[in-house]
Amino acid sequence: MKILLSWLNEYGDFADPADADAVQHLADTMTALGLAVEEVRHIGATVDGVITAKVLRLEQHPDAAKVQRVYVDAGDGAERHVWCGAFNMQIGDVVPLATLGTTMPDGRRIERRGILGIDSEGMLCAGDELALTDDHSGILILPDDAPLGVPYGDVLGLRPDVLFDLDLTRNRPDCWGYAGVARDVAARLGIELRLPQPVIEYSGEPRTAPVELVDGERCGRFTSTVISGVRVGPSVLWMQRRLTAAGMRPISNVVDVSNYVMLELNQPTHAYDLDTLGGGGFRVRAARDGETIVTLDGVERSLQPSDILICDANDAPIGVGGVMGGLHTEITDATTTVAFEAAWFKALPIMQTAGRLGLRSEASARYERGVDPYITHTAVARFVELLRETCPDLVVHPSTVDATGPGLPPQERSCEVRISQVNRILGTSLAADALPGLLDPIGFTVSGSGDVRTVALPSWRPDSTTEIDVVEEVARHLGYDSVGKTVPRSTVHGGLSVHQQRRRRLREVLLGLGITEAMPNPFLAPDTLSKAGLDGPTIRITNPLVDEESVLRTSLRPGLLRSLAFNESHRRQRARLFEIGHVYPPGTGELPDEYEALCVVLAGEEAPAAMAVWREIAVALGIGARVDQGRVPPGLHATRSATLQAGKDPTGAVGEVDPAVLRRFGVTERVAILELRLDEVLGREPKPAVWRPVSRHPSSDLDLAFVLGDDVPAEKLEKAIRQGAGTLLVDLELFDVYRGPGVGDEKRSIAYRLRLQAPDRNLTDADIGEVRRAVVAAAAKLGGELRG
Amino acid sequence: MIDDIRAARDAALAEVERADTLDAIVTLEPRLTGKKGTLGVLKTQLGGLATVDEKKAAGQALNEATQAVEAALAARRDALGDAAVAAQVAGERLDLTEFAGRPTRGHAHLVTQAWERLEDVFIGLGFQVAEGPEVETDWHNFEALNMGEGHPARGEFDTLFLDDARDGHREHQILLRTHTSPVQIRTMLGAEPPIYIVAPGRVFRRDTPDATHMPVFHQIEGLVVDRGITLADLAGTIEAFTKAFFGPGFSSRLRPSYFPFTEPSAEFDIQRPDGSWLELGGCGMVHPNVLRAGGIDPEEWSGFAFGFGIDRMAVMRHQVADLRDMYADDLRFAEQF
Repeated sequence: MKILLSWLNEYGDFADPADADAVQHLADTMTALGLAVEEVRHIGATVDGVITAKVLRLEQHPDAAKVQRVYVDAGDGAERHVWCGAFNMQIGDVVPLATLGTTMPDGRRIERRGILGIDSEGMLCAGDELALTDDHSGILILPDDAPLGVPYGDVLGLRPDVLFDLDLTRNRPDCWGYAGVARDVAARLGIELRLPQPVIEYSGEPRTAPVELVDGERCGRFTSTVISGVRVGPSVLWMQRRLTAAGMRPISNVVDVSNYVMLELNQPTHAYDLDTLGGGGFRVRAARDGETIVTLDGVERSLQPSDILICDANDAPIGVGGVMGGLHTEITDATTTVAFEAAWFKALPIMQTAGRLGLRSEASARYERGVDPYITHTAVARFVELLRETCPDLVVHPSTVDATGPGLPPQERSCEVRISQVNRILGTSLAADALPGLLDPIGFTVSGSGDVRTVALPSWRPDSTTEIDVVEEVARHLGYDSVGKTVPRSTVHGGLSVHQQRRRRLREVLLGLGITEAMPNPFLAPDTLSKAGLDGPTIRITNPLVDEESVLRTSLRPGLLRSLAFNESHRRQRARLFEIGHVYPPGTGELPDEYEALCVVLAGEEAPAAMAVWREIAVALGIGARVDQGRVPPGLHATRSATLQAGKDPTGAVGEVDPAVLRRFGVTERVAILELRLDEVLGREPKPAVWRPVSRHPSSDLDLAFVLGDDVPAEKLEKAIRQGAGTLLVDLELFDVYRGPGVGDEKRSIAYRLRLQAPDRNLTDADIGEVRRAVVAAAAKLGGELRG
Repeated sequence: MIDDIRAARDAALAEVERADTLDAIVTLEPRLTGKKGTLGVLKTQLGGLATVDEKKAAGQALNEATQAVEAALAARRDALGDAAVAAQVAGERLDLTEFAGRPTRGHAHLVTQAWERLEDVFIGLGFQVAEGPEVETDWHNFEALNMGEGHPARGEFDTLFLDDARDGHREHQILLRTHTSPVQIRTMLGAEPPIYIVAPGRVFRRDTPDATHMPVFHQIEGLVVDRGITLADLAGTIEAFTKAFFGPGFSSRLRPSYFPFTEPSAEFDIQRPDGSWLELGGCGMVHPNVLRAGGIDPEEWSGFAFGFGIDRMAVMRHQVADLRDMYADDLRFAEQF
């Protein structure tokens, strides 16, 4: 909403537009009331030193073709000489003359400067040079009856003014009219509010335009008033100027006054030519499916029953209710009698109709926020009062038809307000007697006595219905900055949950391993998951921005593979990325089976690198899982991947990405990958490790190499060694794997170093021999053969 | 005899003096102080001396000589040891700026960095951290937040709705949450007051990506529900956060605004030390209808809520001009931070 200060000042003495401090104070006050001032624009400023002058004669200099010599009279009777590059003026024209010493809006100073040795005593100005218009095609020509030697601004009626741009919230429809803004601000500033209080004065013969209100639910009120003696012509200059400042194009007196009343009182109105209004009356009903109307903007609109249609008495559509009038019932220059509509519509249907038609008019913008249902008569009276300025013979015929329906909200609304509640919510210690002073000026009239008061809820504030709404009004007019700043005494201990602490630890481990965090788009193209080898049900976005982002991911993998491809194509090989994020597979409950997952991808690395990351994480978080290479996770390398199994359900996957998948994603390097379900991994903090005393006795190392079939996982051999070695084993390290001559096909030699130590004594050769025998026996059960 | 001892001692001392390696000392030592060394031999000859006095004098001289030689050996050994270490140190000079490779540590996402900083500040102010699902029901995202069916404010959220495979079987439409506020509802339904939480998280809007908008972004939301919580408590908490997060030179203000889920509602602005203002987020006293939806009696408890963007904190701190860069997962971007 744009608010012109000179216009606002009609309703109270808010600020002198020339007083910068007062203007700023006003802007701050509006912002502090919740009418956020987005912009303060100073307009109508004039350039000091530029005065009117009449062109006396024009002369061409033989040596200067691009300029001419102009002789002007600036009111003092003397002839002044000015060089000028424009040729549009005639002798006798009045033009703006920037006198010597004038500083132009662009910072230029007008000096006595000569061409060909002949001085110029000033400069004639084009519209753009005065920052008045964009025009630089010629010198600005002023009205030829203008007095000479006076500031050009006086001739043009320019006054310094201020245009505030307010960003209004949804709960303040009243401020879509000047009256609403003026009421709120005057109350806060404690100044007198002067709202127009016109009364309709009927005269002449009774004439009405009857109204048949069929849809009285959505159109709660429809008034029609017959006004004759209309002479369509231009509206008065001040009104045109104000409408222009508000961003509206002046059209004719009837339209302009209607618009002016809307901007002033927030009540849209519409004038129909009574002589062409079918049946001389109105019928307001729901549109029929497929019914059409050509609206004022020349577009044919197809309607449906959710739209409200204004029809003439013959049921022919003449306007989309609350949105826009019809083209064919527009008033013309020949119009002399109008049927004048001022109506009230429910907000929601108007919002839906305007939204569906893509037709947001000044009227619909107001109705869909909420218009005062009880301002129609004032609006009609104000329309007549202002139109009379250009139509002195105006007659308002008795009487206004006021059709109301069940949808009309009650005029008298109120609620109980407890001062204890006000203070409990605001942290204030107000007395109940303070309420009238804060609330009465904005129409929330307080009555009663004691700690519980009755507060009237004004009809222009449809958002206000309950006590808490009134508490907000108290806060606004008290000032949010006057409630003070306290800090609640929290009895709660702040901190992260176990899950959150462990997530942070996990992230730190990954960062420490040189892996960078990524956040790819969780929305995928319909075929992305199958490209990654991950088929299965998905959830689709009903209204995606683009089809490429229409499916919710069920895995973090595709996003990271795309990131790897991107980095590789930008000469960043061996990228190491991870993501911790949600995936959204469909579920059977109310919501999808959404869970938090981790995916790590290491470009240019093989599966053991992913295993190494897994082992770091396992140690850091105190977790474990079986590495089941017998179950290859989908989309991963068939002979280099495993399912991580903790308990019954898989908790993750580790290995390498299937080369076929990599090819489809445009990744040329190998990619080691680790995936974990974090709800399981982070959910529980393992029990603290229990202290085992460190032995003071010497330890002894035993190196054993076994030849083992490739089909037996080393993990199993390791387990067998641990079991065989028993309690004397304090450390076990795999230090060599050998495949090749001397070992046999599909076999390898795996060498372990066992560190043995007793807690209470020195080891004997017999001890070591016993461990060796037991370990060899345990390995033999797996087919492991001690290597000579 | 005494003269022999002195001569032997002097000879030994001269030899110690001449030794110029630790190895030389090692070979010298048994020869000078051992039984078969000059002094050792002299010791065996003590018995041949005539008188007790002579024996006593010679013995004493011999002890003194042996001690002198041993002391000289020790001193020489130390000196040579020091010299050897010094030579080693001098010989193995390294230029520490000859650094091959680069630091290998990974880089946390800028959003994570801002997210954790914010969490830490609120934890310090006594808040716990709550989380919730990113796919939500229409009820949690709108209705419970005082935006019933057809509420005009719903239209402002540019919601991404989700296809429901089990259409007709669900009570509520599902959607991608448009704000973190549903976590308020879940928290209230799941726990009794007092509640002091912040809820950081990922949110979604149907916004075409540009320099300042992404369809997927992050917010942090705060909720306090306790006895006697006031608008002044909200203003004070915002102020405490402002000083803790931005610095002591910053301050804050509330100005009236409108949100369906709070009343009174406010925007909160941050004032920089240079006096300029920055619009940060929205806040207000939790609307009684929202408390009721969370199963909390608004006559017994009151509360405030606030929320703002995490992404904006990140781009502001690092002056990132285009939000899209932050989500490109380009290592050349990530490694800057």
